[in-house]
Amino acid sequence: MIEPGLYNYWIVVFLMMAGLYVVVARGNLIKKLVGLNVFQASVFLLYITMGKVEGGTAPILAEGVTVYSNPLPHVLILTAIVVGVATTALGLALVVRIQEAYGSIEEDELEEKDERDERKLRS
Amino acid sequence: MTATIFMIVRLHNLFAVVMLGGIYSLLAASMFVVLDAVDVAFTEAAVGAGISLVLMLAALSLTKTEEKVASRHGILPLLVVLVTGAALIYGTLDMPHYGDPNAPIQQHVAPTYVADAQAKTTVPNVVTAVLASYRGYDTLGEVVVIFTAGVGVMLLLGDRRRRRRRAEGRE
Repeated sequence: MIEPGLYNYWIVVFLMMAGLYVVVARGNLIKKLVGLNVFQASVFLLYITMGKVEGGTAPILAEGVTVYSNPLPHVLILTAIVVGVATTALGLALVVRIQEAYGSIEEDELEEKDERDERKLRS
Repeated sequence: MTATIFMIVRLHNLFAVVMLGGIYSLLAASMFVVLDAVDVAFTEAAVGAGISLVLMLAALSLTKTEEKVASRHGILPLLVVLVTGAALIYGTLDMPHYGDPNAPIQQHVAPTYVADAQAKTTVPNVVTAVLASYRGYDTLGEVVVIFTAGVGVMLLLGDRRRRRRRAEGRE
């Protein structure tokens, strides 16, 4: 049952779950975004390890080299990294706005304030 | 990398967490070099470890640097994460092995790109050839995505100064 050639996936799964745990279990919005980045990087790692060929080299054509790693995952992930930073920037901008509007970036404090405001509206 | 992750989960000082996030990115970049993805490593080091770190620090300077110690220590998140992780590991048992040249991913169009890229685009770097020549329109779409994100950030934060002045005028 033990497959020695699969350890790369297990590393990815571990990192992914650590990121997921931070996103789910922590209430601080900035920490959630860091967790999301960790998760994202683990997905990048998954793609890149899939493209690796035993004995291959970087996909830059050169004399005397015949085995190259798969260039297509590299292209995909290059795009994904840049788009990932764009989404992180947008998320951080939202966090800053939330801090200005509520004076807090803790999830439970935000909920508390929302409930208080709702009660005030009703009464 | 594991130690970095562990500290990210444990620490409550957001400044340290963000810095460790940068270190994590840099470690990921060096791992990409080992895995032959040099272009990806460049981008991860510059964009992932550089720009995102600066953005995070800027956001921190506008908010708080200390996380409130969680009052609830639910077992539910841990359970969800463990079950999902177990399911994913079970899923990997059927995956092709690391570095296997006969894996399905190496059989499809990838050899064609490696064989034809130099002749068709005159660029020796296959990653660049695919990104900028074969899939040039997709890269244009990517730029549109970044532009949209930039516009979004400016709309969210751009009129802060004006609003603050208005608030001061009212008081």
